[in-house]
Amino acid sequence: MNGQVNGSILMRHEVGLHARPSVKLTKLAKSFRSRIDLGLSPDGPWIDAKSIVKVMAAKAPRNTVLHFRAEGEDAGAAVEALVGLVERDFDDGD
Amino acid sequence: MNANVGIVIVSHSPDVARGTADMVRQMVGDEVPLAWCGGNPDGGLGTSVPDIMDAIGRAWSEAGVAVLVDLGGAETNSEMAIEMLDDERRGRVVLCNAPIVEGAVMAATEASAGSTLDEVRRTAEELKPA
Repeated sequence: MNGQVNGSILMRHEVGLHARPSVKLTKLAKSFRSRIDLGLSPDGPWIDAKSIVKVMAAKAPRNTVLHFRAEGEDAGAAVEALVGLVERDFDDGD
Repeated sequence: MNANVGIVIVSHSPDVARGTADMVRQMVGDEVPLAWCGGNPDGGLGTSVPDIMDAIGRAWSEAGVAVLVDLGGAETNSEMAIEMLDDERRGRVVLCNAPIVEGAVMAATEASAGSTLDEVRRTAEELKPA
């Protein structure tokens, strides 16, 4: 089972993909074995979602649609978890 | 025990070192061993070899320790502190050539995923001013 799984989600977080959201996203991505890419458009360019430096450098602003592309044994769970994190606004309200 | 790489923050200013450690704790979490040191005994600016060695001990992990420093003396004293460690530990401590605050957050994020010491150092050093 090594199919590619895709998912996308509108990011509403106030400050966009800044430091704290980037750290949360990267940490979550790293908890999966699959290769996971993040794109700011459906056609890429794609960056490694497990690279904190690259994710932060993407500087995605609020109201960007984030696209995830994962490949590997836990690709489905990975995309679901990442989309969920963005949907929950990076759990920032706590 | 914690198998993640530890992070040590060495600044001339205890306020900078403590504040950087706070950022790591709040942004990354507490799954990474973390210690800081800075300042001299009179409350002024400075770094000391024994304090750095002590901080490395507090953040010790079998996976190694990555050290983030600010300016000049922080770097040379950290090099000296690493030199003075036991043979067994010396090879598992690296100085990162990265900005102290940003580098510490990047290094800790990488370390929190269980990455190797070399991966942690590379992630910290990958950061370039935009």
